[in-house]
Amino acid sequence: MDVSLDLLLNAVISGLLLGGFYAAVSIGVAISFGMLDIVNIAHPAFILLGSYVAFIANSVLGIDPILATLIAMPAFYLLGMVAYQVYYVAFERRDDQSLRGLSFFFGLLFITEVTLVLIFGVDYRLVQARYIGPNLNLGLFELPLRLLVPFLVSLIMVMALQLFLSKTFIGRAIQAVAQDQLALRLMAADPVRIKRIAFGISIATASLAGAFLIIIQPVEPSIGREYIGRVFAICVLGGLGSFPGMVIAAMTLGIAESLTATFFGPSWAPAVAFGVLLITLAVRPSGILGR
Amino acid sequence: MVSLADRQAQPGLGAVPFVVALIVAAALIFAAGRWINNSYVFFAGYVVLQYIVLGTAWNILGGYTGYVNFGVTAFFAIGAYTSVVFYKLAPWVPLPVMILVGGLLAGLVGLGTGYLTLRLRGVFFSIATLALAVVVQTLITNWDFVGGARGAYVLRPRVAPLIGGEYVQYLFLLMLGLCVLALATARAIERSALGYGFAAIRDDEGAAEASGVPTLRLKLIATALSGGFMGMAGAPLPYYVTYLDPASGFSLNYAVNAIAMPLIGGTSSWLGPVVGAIVVGGLQEYLRVTISSAINVLVAGLLMVIFVIAAPQGIVGLFRRKR
Amino acid sequence: MTALLQVEGLGKRFGGFVALEGIELEVRQGERLGLIGPNGSGKSTLVNCICGTLRNELGQVRFDGQALDGLSAHQRTRRGLARSFQLPRPFGSLSLADNLRIPILYAVNARGGASVTGPSIDARCRALLGEVGLAAKADRLPRDLTQIEMRKLELARAMAAEPKLLIADEVMAGLSHAEVDEIIALLIRLNGQGVTVIMIEHIMRAVMEVSQRLAVLVAGKKIADGKPADVVRDPEVVRAYLGE
Repeated sequence: MDVSLDLLLNAVISGLLLGGFYAAVSIGVAISFGMLDIVNIAHPAFILLGSYVAFIANSVLGIDPILATLIAMPAFYLLGMVAYQVYYVAFERRDDQSLRGLSFFFGLLFITEVTLVLIFGVDYRLVQARYIGPNLNLGLFELPLRLLVPFLVSLIMVMALQLFLSKTFIGRAIQAVAQDQLALRLMAADPVRIKRIAFGISIATASLAGAFLIIIQPVEPSIGREYIGRVFAICVLGGLGSFPGMVIAAMTLGIAESLTATFFGPSWAPAVAFGVLLITLAVRPSGILGR
Repeated sequence: MVSLADRQAQPGLGAVPFVVALIVAAALIFAAGRWINNSYVFFAGYVVLQYIVLGTAWNILGGYTGYVNFGVTAFFAIGAYTSVVFYKLAPWVPLPVMILVGGLLAGLVGLGTGYLTLRLRGVFFSIATLALAVVVQTLITNWDFVGGARGAYVLRPRVAPLIGGEYVQYLFLLMLGLCVLALATARAIERSALGYGFAAIRDDEGAAEASGVPTLRLKLIATALSGGFMGMAGAPLPYYVTYLDPASGFSLNYAVNAIAMPLIGGTSSWLGPVVGAIVVGGLQEYLRVTISSAINVLVAGLLMVIFVIAAPQGIVGLFRRKR
Repeated sequence: MTALLQVEGLGKRFGGFVALEGIELEVRQGERLGLIGPNGSGKSTLVNCICGTLRNELGQVRFDGQALDGLSAHQRTRRGLARSFQLPRPFGSLSLADNLRIPILYAVNARGGASVTGPSIDARCRALLGEVGLAAKADRLPRDLTQIEMRKLELARAMAAEPKLLIADEVMAGLSHAEVDEIIALLIRLNGQGVTVIMIEHIMRAVMEVSQRLAVLVAGKKIADGKPADVVRDPEVVRAYLGE
């Protein structure tokens, strides 16, 4: 009885910490899909890019993975802006978003995955850092530092973004463009420029999320696909356009997956997210805190 | 873009003559293959034919109706693994029967997924299909009866039934048959009330509803047909590869090709997926033998992105405009 | 004349915003009803609720004696309701003639009885386009049309569904004087053939000429309903809609 309670508790704690990481992974899509209505299913590919950047910096230069991706963030931001510009010119302007826009991102996802395979091969890659390995022992449960550190940094990132969106002019312009483009234009702000910045931010978050990913687990190019479902499950469950909802959903999913992995085996974990997504879409598509 | 009215007004073949023409073409192709008498032709040709079926299947829901299915691998694998189950339980069942059952199961799964998600925006349906692919892959990877992660071996019979010769020729023939079936179906849809309904849904679903189109029902039909044909395309796969494991059975290549080929060839007609399969499939094969098998995989994705940005009407569309 | 459409206590909210409140409206068979109101008063929302594009939370809509609760938009169209969209929503990849083919295939033919088929469909599409003055462009695509022509296409598409009740939502916006006369004549002709008409318009000349009865919607509530001459003199209407 004691043993299984202990197991349960640890599974829940791990799940919670994992949820923090999932929030970092999903926040980019919370911006691009939740606020800009762009279905960027290639977001996990950008996260993987972040992971491999961290891997190279860590294995070649010995830099801490989180630090490496923070340094790389501006590059990712630029990449996001370029990607949005292409998307805008090719699809949004022509109002042909659904079929071809989706295929565009799907193509990006695929090309990124294959290119990573060509460069790095299909072997699992990992990084080294002082906090990967040791656990924080708090008596009844153990907190793996490799989960705790990403969890903390992730929450900082989410809170920072929330503050940015509500306190700065650009942030509020982004919220405005999500709701009413015409009004924004009347305020002499260019919606396209605002969206470009927002999408750039969205991809920039992927850089840091990539570091978290490779800290938490070994990485190889095809795992991006698992995260598509997780990311969209979290955003839909949390309600599009709501950061707090997204965080709650991320924690919920993290706990659900952790429990499944502990009691049914880790190979079932990917299916949890997708199962959650399908059920949410069928039963309550507006999500927990959705508008 | 050519309107359906133009197509109807054109003196095209009626349904029956078209099917006859397809069958004749298929027979000629098969006879040519037999005459060349080289296994490679059949092996390579099988892949192209398989993609014609996959691409056509995808296009019924994608190009005609406007709903993007990313879960191609789920339906394809359902067909493939149905055959594995038959092979393990009742290998004496003829392959055509396995194909039909695989197609039926895949179609039912398509129907189920559609029922859960087609009431929502098209985007959510697409995401759900991604979800489906992973769920099905996880289920099959955990199913030891079909080999789980380790995979399953399937012994190819030495002699082809009915026609004699190598078994791969039989597989080729069956796939030719599926092509005829898929293309005939696609063209029949194009010219029918169903095709108009699909086009209306694709162009403006709300306006279609207001005009009396039962959008949910039609979308379910499209999803079931699309999934069913994908399942049928997958059913002979275990016999083709003789070793089937989830990593290769669920390879993203199938999904990308199934989507890229119609997008490159042209989504507005039955001819698009054919052109796409031949052009892209041929290019991939050429690259595979000259450079490497990794590069050829990249080609489909790159071409798809390029065409989607620069030539949305596909190759067929480019030619139509020149006329 | 019996009541063809009965709207009883209809209410619709969007989150915290009350778009429609307590709408009571009755349209008799064969009647021509005008519906006017300032922008944002809920006219199109009301049309959407009646036709099933939106679901109302409160109240009920009855058509031809039967409640429409739970019926989808396409089912209501098949029962004989048709509407044009205020912002035109054509089927962009289909020619104008084919745009009209859709309601013929899916509304008219679905009702049972003799189906329109083959060449007769094409003939009927072209005839309908002729009635709105678009016959010359029958084989063109909607993107080749002007905004005004697209509105006419909208109306033609609604007519193609052979409705018992046709709701024309701001069809005349931007039309020239002569074109307005054409549409007025068209609506009255349709009405003469037995089609009940609800016309939503801002062009008062057309409203007064076509309407046998006039209803006024302001801020989600109906504030007047009666003979057009009386309604336009109603002080509340004058204050709320026509300006002080």
